[in-house]
Amino acid sequence: MALNSYRTGPDERGHFGQYGGRYVSETLMPLVLQVEQEFSEAMKDTSFLAELDELNRQYIGRPSPLYLAERLTEELGGAKIYFKREELNHTGAHKINHAIGQVLLAKRMGKTRVIAETGAGQHGVATATVAARFGLECTVFMGAVDIERQKPNVFRMKLLGAEVKPVTSGSATLKDAMNDALRDWVTNVHDTFYIIGTVAGPHPYPMMVRDFQSVIGRETKEQIMEMEGRLPDSLVACLGGGSNALGLFHPFLDDADVKMFAVEAAGHGVDTDQHAASIAGGSPGVLHGNRTYLLQTADGQIEEAHSISAGLDYPGIGPEHVWLHEQERVTYVSATDKEAMDAFQLCCRKEGIIPALESAHGLAHVIRMAPELPKDHICVLNLSGRGDKDIFTVAKELGEEI
Amino acid sequence: MSRLKNCFDTLRAENRAAFVTFVTAGDPNRDVSQKILNGLPAAGADIIELGMPFTDPSADGPAIDKAAQRAIAAGASMLQTLDMVRAFREQDTETPIVLMGYFNPIFTYGIDRFCTDASSAGVDGMIIVDLPPEEDDELRLPANAKGIDIIRLTTPTSDDIRLPVILDGASGFVYYVAVAGVTGGKSATADDIGDAVTRIKRHTDLPVAVGFGIRTPEQASDIAARADGAVVGSAIVSLIEQGLEQGQPESTIVENVLNFTQSLANGVRSGR
Repeated sequence: MALNSYRTGPDERGHFGQYGGRYVSETLMPLVLQVEQEFSEAMKDTSFLAELDELNRQYIGRPSPLYLAERLTEELGGAKIYFKREELNHTGAHKINHAIGQVLLAKRMGKTRVIAETGAGQHGVATATVAARFGLECTVFMGAVDIERQKPNVFRMKLLGAEVKPVTSGSATLKDAMNDALRDWVTNVHDTFYIIGTVAGPHPYPMMVRDFQSVIGRETKEQIMEMEGRLPDSLVACLGGGSNALGLFHPFLDDADVKMFAVEAAGHGVDTDQHAASIAGGSPGVLHGNRTYLLQTADGQIEEAHSISAGLDYPGIGPEHVWLHEQERVTYVSATDKEAMDAFQLCCRKEGIIPALESAHGLAHVIRMAPELPKDHICVLNLSGRGDKDIFTVAKELGEEI
Repeated sequence: MSRLKNCFDTLRAENRAAFVTFVTAGDPNRDVSQKILNGLPAAGADIIELGMPFTDPSADGPAIDKAAQRAIAAGASMLQTLDMVRAFREQDTETPIVLMGYFNPIFTYGIDRFCTDASSAGVDGMIIVDLPPEEDDELRLPANAKGIDIIRLTTPTSDDIRLPVILDGASGFVYYVAVAGVTGGKSATADDIGDAVTRIKRHTDLPVAVGFGIRTPEQASDIAARADGAVVGSAIVSLIEQGLEQGQPESTIVENVLNFTQSLANGVRSGR
C-alpha cells in the first residue's frame, strides 16, 4: 500500500518502522536526548538557519552545480545524464554538508571538542575542517587499514590540526573506528560532540544528518526545474551508510514519478563473502546505536565488509534506507569493485572528472541502466565526491606505479 | 524466591556487601573458562556476571574487548554460553548468574527463544549495555515473564530527572557505573561513589552494586563500605591475557584468576 508521505519519519523515539532507535549505553542517553532537543530547537531558530545558509554559500560554495554530462550521455546512447556536483564542495565531497551543521550544533551546546569516525577520510577531513574553522579540538578515529589506503586524507586532517587516531581492533576499518569513537564519546561526554558521518547512529543522528544533507535534493529540484522544466525520471546515488543518497532522495520521496536507485558496494560480488551490501546480503540487527540491516553471522556477530572503496566498507546501513527498502520506495542495487573501476575510468575520460570510487559505484549503475532508457529520460547521479584521494588505490588496481 | 533476591537478603543479614565478578564466557576457551566459572563461588564470588562475547563491544575497554575476541576466535557462541551456565548449575544451584553483553546476539538468537533457554539454563539476570530503558521493553517483558531480571544501569550522567526513568522497570539490583567511560578505565573516588549511591537509594529500595574502575582489594573494600555490591571485571580478565602472554599453563591461569578473586573477595568482606 502506498503511503500518503514517505517524509514524515522518524517517530518521536527515532524509529523508521522497526528500524532506528537509540541503542546506546546509559551514560550517553542524557546527551543523546539533549542533542535531539537542541537540534529540533536549532532548526526552528532563524539565526541558526541563517548562519548555516551563509556558511553553505560562502564556505562550502553551495549551491553545487547540476551539470549535464553530455559526452557520457552520448556514449551511453540513452537517458540524459546529469551530475549533481557535490565533489565541487569545499573539501571535495558531500560530507561537509552535515559536518558544518553538526559543528554549529556543537557550538550551540557549548562543547569544546569534536570527534568523528572516518572510512575514506572524507568525513574526517570535513570534520577536521569545520573544527579548524570554529576553533574546536578535533580527534578523528580511522581504521589502520584505511589509513594505509587513504594517505592523502590522513595528512590533510593533520594539516587541519586534527589528531588522527589509528584503530587496530577488529578489522581495523570503519566499523571499528566507530566503536572507538563511541568509547571516546562515553569517556568525554562532558565536553565532546560526536559528529557522525552518515545517516546512522542513535536518534537523532539519522534524521539530523539527513536533514543537513537534504540541501542536495532541494537544490537539485530547483535546478532541474530551471533547466528542464520538470522533475527527473530517476535519481542514482552510491550507498555505504547512505548520507549522500538520502540527501538527494529525501526531498523527492513524495514525487511518485521519480524513481530512485541506491547502489551498494558488491565488492567481489554479493554472492561471495567479500562485499559491503547490507541490503542485498544482510539481516536485521542492532549496532552502533540503531536497529538496521547488518552483515552478520547466524550467531549475531558482525562480519567484516569489503569494498575497494573505503567509504562504502561498512557492514551496516542507515535505518531510514532499510525502511525505504521495505516500503519499496527506493530500489537497492549493487555494483562490484570491477564495475566501479570501469565507471571511474570512463568518467575520467569522457567528462574530465575524476570521481570518488564511492561515487563510481553510483555511476556504474547509471552505465548499466542508461542505454536501455529513452533519450528523454532524465537521470541525476549524485557525484558525491572527487577521486583525488583514490588515485593510489586505482593505480594499484591498474598495476601502475606512481 | 529469586537467587538474586535471596543473595542480597542473606548478605544484608550478614551486614556485608556482595562481591560481583565478571568473566567473559569462553575466554580463552570453553574448558578453561568453565573451570574459572565453576571455581568463582569458592573463591568468594557472591554473584557472577558472565560476559556474552560480541565482536563490537563499544562500551568496553581493551581488556574486555580482547577477551571477547579471544573467546570468539576459540569458537564461543550464544549456545555455548548458555551451555556453560547449565554446566555450572550442575554443581551450584545458589550463586546468581547475570549475563552481560550487547543486544545484537540476543536479537539474532530470537528474543523469546533466548529468554526461555536462558531461564532453563539457570540464568538469573541480564545486563544489556546498549539497551537503554527507552528500548528495552522487547527484552525486559519476556525476560521478566521467565523470572529473569533486567538490571538497569545508572551512571554519573543520570540526574534526578533521568534516574526515575531508569528505575521504572528495574529489578534484581541497580548497577551504578562509577565513571563516565568504558570498562577498565579510570576510577572514581570512594566518596563520590558513596554520594552517588546515597542519591540512587533515595529513588529505589533495590540493592545498588558499583562497578567500573575497581581493580584492587583496597578499592573493593572501600566500595563495599558504601554500596550493596562491588563489581570487578577488567582486572580479573586481564590476568587471562597476561597468563597467555607469559605462556602460562592453563592450570596456572585458572589458579591465578581464582587467587586474585579470593583477594578481592577478602577486600569486600573487610569493607564493613
